This record gives sequence, structure tokens and C-alpha cells, in this order.
Amino acid sequence: MINTMECGVDAQSLISISLRKIHNSRTQRGGIKLHKNLLVSFVLRNARQVYMNEKYAEIYRMQQYEEVMTVCNEIQELNPLELAEDCEEQTGECCGSGAGTESASLCGALLPSSNQAAQPALLQTSACASALSLRADEGCKETDSSFYRSCCAEAYPVSNCEFSPVNSMHCNKTTVLDLDTHVVTTVENGYLHQDCCASLQHCCQGAQTPAKKRKVDFGYYVSEIEEVPDFTPCKRTKYEDCSYANSDHLDTSNISNLISIFGSGFSGLVSRQTDFEQAFNGQFCSKQALASLGAWTRAIVAF
Amino acid sequence: MGEDGESPKINHSFLRDYVTEADVISTVEFNQTGDLLATGDKGGRVVIFQRETQSKGEPEELGESGEYNVYSTFQSHEPDFDYLKSLEIEEKINKIRWLPQQNAAHFLLSTNDKTIKLWKVSERDKRPEGYNLKDEEGRVKDFSTVTSLQVPVLKPTDLMVEVRPRRVFSNGHTYHVNSISVNSDGETYLSADDLRINMWHLGITDRSFNIVDIKPANMEDLTEVITAAEFHPKHCHLFVYSSSKGTLRLCDMRASALCDKHSKIFEEPEDPGNRSFFSEIISSVSDVKFSHSGRYLLTRDYLTVKVWDLHMEKGPVETYQVHEYLRSKLCSLYENDCIFDKFECVWNSTDSVIMTGAYNSFFRMFDRETGRGVTLEAWRESSKPRAVLRTRRVYTGGRRRRGDVGVDSLDFTKKILHMAWHPAENIIAIAATNNLYIFQDRVNPETQ
Repeated sequence: MINTMECGVDAQSLISISLRKIHNSRTQRGGIKLHKNLLVSFVLRNARQVYMNEKYAEIYRMQQYEEVMTVCNEIQELNPLELAEDCEEQTGECCGSGAGTESASLCGALLPSSNQAAQPALLQTSACASALSLRADEGCKETDSSFYRSCCAEAYPVSNCEFSPVNSMHCNKTTVLDLDTHVVTTVENGYLHQDCCASLQHCCQGAQTPAKKRKVDFGYYVSEIEEVPDFTPCKRTKYEDCSYANSDHLDTSNISNLISIFGSGFSGLVSRQTDFEQAFNGQFCSKQALASLGAWTRAIVAF
Repeated sequence: MGEDGESPKINHSFLRDYVTEADVISTVEFNQTGDLLATGDKGGRVVIFQRETQSKGEPEELGESGEYNVYSTFQSHEPDFDYLKSLEIEEKINKIRWLPQQNAAHFLLSTNDKTIKLWKVSERDKRPEGYNLKDEEGRVKDFSTVTSLQVPVLKPTDLMVEVRPRRVFSNGHTYHVNSISVNSDGETYLSADDLRINMWHLGITDRSFNIVDIKPANMEDLTEVITAAEFHPKHCHLFVYSSSKGTLRLCDMRASALCDKHSKIFEEPEDPGNRSFFSEIISSVSDVKFSHSGRYLLTRDYLTVKVWDLHMEKGPVETYQVHEYLRSKLCSLYENDCIFDKFECVWNSTDSVIMTGAYNSFFRMFDRETGRGVTLEAWRESSKPRAVLRTRRVYTGGRRRRGDVGVDSLDFTKKILHMAWHPAENIIAIAATNNLYIFQDRVNPETQ
């Protein structure tokens, strides 16, 4: 287990510092330094491991099921028919074959919807997550690109939304992105998490709207991913110029080098499941972590 | 560039930094006799110093002889651009290695990130005079003025040092070259980058042998890179390379053409109780050196130097803490990138003392027999020429003595990364940013 006592900075800050270093290294004179970036990827992996451990332990302790049930009941009151349809469809996709289709929202999966009201959301989440992560496993190993990416991208917004501390599990916004079709799915509800109020005011105006889907272009996608470095729920970071981001995307050799580097860091994570499993009983934690592997890899792509 | 109090709005410090960045010394190396000392800098230049010879027949007087003066300066590498990859190639000299001297001329290898060059350094102190067809300035004479024939004679002139590139070894490396090492056979040398090690013949520039390749089939599986490599000082078939994981691999070129499979692997198991976010970074070996005897290896990682016995693979035989007080500061050192600094380490001529650099212009020497370490400072303000270096101390608790420096007062921009020890005497060359310090032990000039 990593000893975090001596470090004055928390895991979240380390993650953002590391990502910033990687980003800066791309413009450094002399090209990307493979050795330095490899070492940074190890720090990134370690920080992420600690962060995930802490967050999952927190969630587990918080008696998630009851809160989620509360949320879901309240959401159902908004527009039960439309949401239920959506949830059902998404849950079906999530736990079914789901290859290459639009990602299911894990938050949506948490919504029990009318036909699954009896099931505790925790179990449902695990089932869904297991299904997801099993595929993520395969995706990781076989590099089955389309499903792997969409599956893992799905998990990314989960981390933004799900891991908000405190008691409230009110999810003001869940955004999922399918990396192949660049379709962004946003689920909004009227209930704002305290921390999210300030930054996402504009998103949550008209808060009573039901789930809606919208297509966005690549430039907006990059802006979304820019939120990852901060890794704080709902905190908005500054947006990079879209044209800059686009030209980065075209610089394929450098990007593929970076992916390779971070893929290695996270492949290492795959082989160290035992750490997760010891830290947290059950498979929920490790498989969630695995499922979000691709999100990180893709997040680096955007740089 | 002085500070101008009258124009506070204009900040000239960036110009000052720009000017001196190219002067930062990036490598230091004595030749095999110790008479020549070469330094390379970030601007791609090489400066060679020569030791002044003592007057013949007179006893050596303290402070009179044995000093190093500039012998020659030349531009070794220029900034380059890889058009295929759209990558700039820095001109910074990563390493210089001298070849054993075989005639009057001296040869050295210098390398930047991609290209290794062989330079011939020769002296000219005579020139022919008395040509029949050319006048003193070299202009062709009017033939009608030539009435007799004369034989040109060699006349002494002022010493001129000529440096010429003799070989350019290019396109051998995809990744950044970090080490070069001349083989004891005098004919070959190796060059190492992050993932591969090549062996070259000094006379052949258009091809090299790849002897180590740790690039995985899928780059996503990459977990370690090569950080340094060196040939054994006596056995021309043996070489060692260090990795970012803290392992050392000894390879025997007689075993196979491609030495991916090591003969011996030296690694120390990690202490699981000491694991932190930065465990991987601080265990990365930044330098590896064979002892002169060839029996031991010296390695440097971020916080320690270790001595390894070639006959014992399971761990180092000696470990010395260079600056253990930095262990609790790793986080801030990560933020300011200091944790990535690559310190070198050196042996003295008898392998009884080892030396390495640290921060705040400090460098450390460890006596292997007693196990004791001493901290010295390479800083102009606190040492006048020929003054005795006094030992320094970093205050980490206990009784505070006068002159102790607190950990928080350390200047992390003043780092001693590069250094060299004379092959026969107690003379050391320390590179401190853009300054070169040469210290001589007057008490024990000859090593016992």
C-alpha cells in the first residue's frame, strides 16, 4: 500500500500536476522525454490508485443504496415515463451486448426505473459494472477499440458525478461520450449538488428538463475532457482553444507515443488488481477502476 | 546585465537567463592521463582544458603548477531538426568520452541526443616557410621574380590547436542517447538510448550492431527504460546497463549477438513499508560506473549511492545516503521537477572514495573504508583560490552548529549533476551550472 502520509499534496492534485507535466512535455524542446514521462505515468497511476481506494471506501461506507434510492424516487417524480424509458433502454444496453452502441449512463443504470424497483441499486450497479468491466477486461486485452472506448468513456463521467462526498448523491449532470460517434449524452435533473451549483449554474438552468441527447463536435469533446485533470466533481477548468486541440489531435505520432506510455502505466494497473481487492471487498472497486482505464488513456489523447 | 533601478518596468532577467542557459555545463571528463579535461555544455560547445606541465628539473612549488587552462574550444553539435517527426534535436552535449591516446593527437567522442561525433584534437607548433612559388602570405609569386631554388624549412610558430571532426555516427538512435562508452579493445564503443544499445566500430559510420533492445512489441507494455550503460574497463566482452526500475544488467557479448538476456541482474528488493507515490522515480538509476578494478559497480539513484559487487547480485554491498532529508520533500521536488534530476557518481583512482553531487552547490564524498561521508561546497563566494574547502552540513536535527544549512534554505537551482575525478591523482572537476571548479588535494596529491 502506498504511504501517503508524508506527501503534503493529495492524490487529486498529484493527478492534475502529473497531467500538466505530460501536457507541457509535448511542447518542450528536444521532443518528448520518454524516461521522464514514464516516471510521471507511474506517479499518475499511484495517485489514481490511492484516489480510487479512498473514494470507493468512502462510498461503501456511505450506505450508497439508500441515498440512491432516494435520488431515484425523486427523479422519477419529474417525468417518470420518459426517464424510465431512457433508463430501461440504457440499462439494457449496459448489461446486454452493447457493442459499439451509445454508452449507457451508469447513473442511468443506477436509476432503478419502474421495472426494477425491487432491486437494491448497489447490486444493480455491481451487476452493471461487472458486465461493463468484464467487457472492459476483454477490451483491454484484445484492444477491441470501439466497445472498449465507449464502455470506458462511460465510466468517466461517473467519476465526476458519483464520487461527490457527503451524503447527497444528487446527480445534477451526467455526461457520457461515445468516442466513435462523438455523441454526447447528458442526463440532467433538477437536483443540484451543493458543490456543483456555482460552476454548473448555466447547465442546470431549466433544471426540470428530462434527459436529452445532443450531438456535439470534436472541439467540444476536447473541452469536456479538459475537466478530467482537476478531477473535482463539477469543477470547470479553463477551455483550450478548439483549433489548438484539433491540431493536437492531428499530431498522431506524438499522441500515440503518449498513449503507449500511459497505456503501460495502466496495463500495470490491470495486473495489480490484488491491491484493489484487498482494499475493498468485492469486485466492485477493481472492476470500476478497470472500466475507467480507457477514459484516462483517451483523456491523454486529447492533449 | 545589471539591474536598472530607473526602469523598473523592463525586466532584463529573461535575457540574462537566456544568455547563460547555453553555458550550462552538461558533461565533464578527464582523459586517460588526466592532462586534458573536456567539458560539454547545453549550447553544443566543447571546451578542453590542459594541465600546465611542471618546469623540468625544478621541484614542484605549492600553487605554481598543475593548473588547468583552456586549451581549445569548438562547436561540437548544432541544433538540428528531424523533419519526419517534426522534432527539434537539442545540441546539448550529453556525454564526452576520450579515446586512449595512440599518437600525438587526441581523440574524443561527443554526443547529443541523436548523433555521436569523433573529434581529432591536434597541435601544430611549426609551419613551413620558404616556398618557391608562394610568398609569405601564400599568394602565388610572379614567376619572373624567382631566380633561385630554396628548400622550405619548418619554423616554430605559436602553438595552434586544431580540432577536426573525423567521424559522424548518425541515424543510429530513435530515442535520446544517454550514454557512450569506449571499449577496452580500443576499436569499438557503445551508445545507449532509452530502449536500445548499439555497438559501433570507430572506423565505420554507416552501420552499427544493436546489442540490446528492450522495446516491447506493444509500447503500452513499456515499464522501464535504459538510463546508463558502460563497458567493463578490462573485459571487452562485458558491459552493464542500468534501468529506470533500479536494476543493473551485466551482459556478455560472447553469449549471443543480441544481449537482451542478461548474464547477471543486480537488484535490491523494494522495501514495501517505504512505498510512496514516488517510489518508482527515486529508485531509477541515473548513473552507473565500473570501478577501476572492474570488480565493483557504483550506482546513483535519487537519494543514495550504492556499491555493488559483481559477484553478488542480490543487493548492494554498500549504501550511502546522499540527502535522506529530502525524502519528506519529494512532493515539492516532484512539482518543481527536481526529482527528475540525474546525478552522476564517480570513483577515485584507487576505488576507495566515491563522490556524487547534490543541491545547494553541495557535493558529497564517501570514504569506503570508514563509511563516513563529507559534504563540500562548490561556490565561488565561499572559497577563494587555493583556500581549503571546509566541510558543510545540512541541519536535520540535534545540535545546530554554526554554518549549518537548514533543509528549507537549500537552493535547488544550484545542483551539482556532473563531475569527474582525475584517473591518477586527487584532483576533481565539478560542474556547477555554468561554472567549472577544479579542486586539488594538496595534502595528499598522489593517491596512495
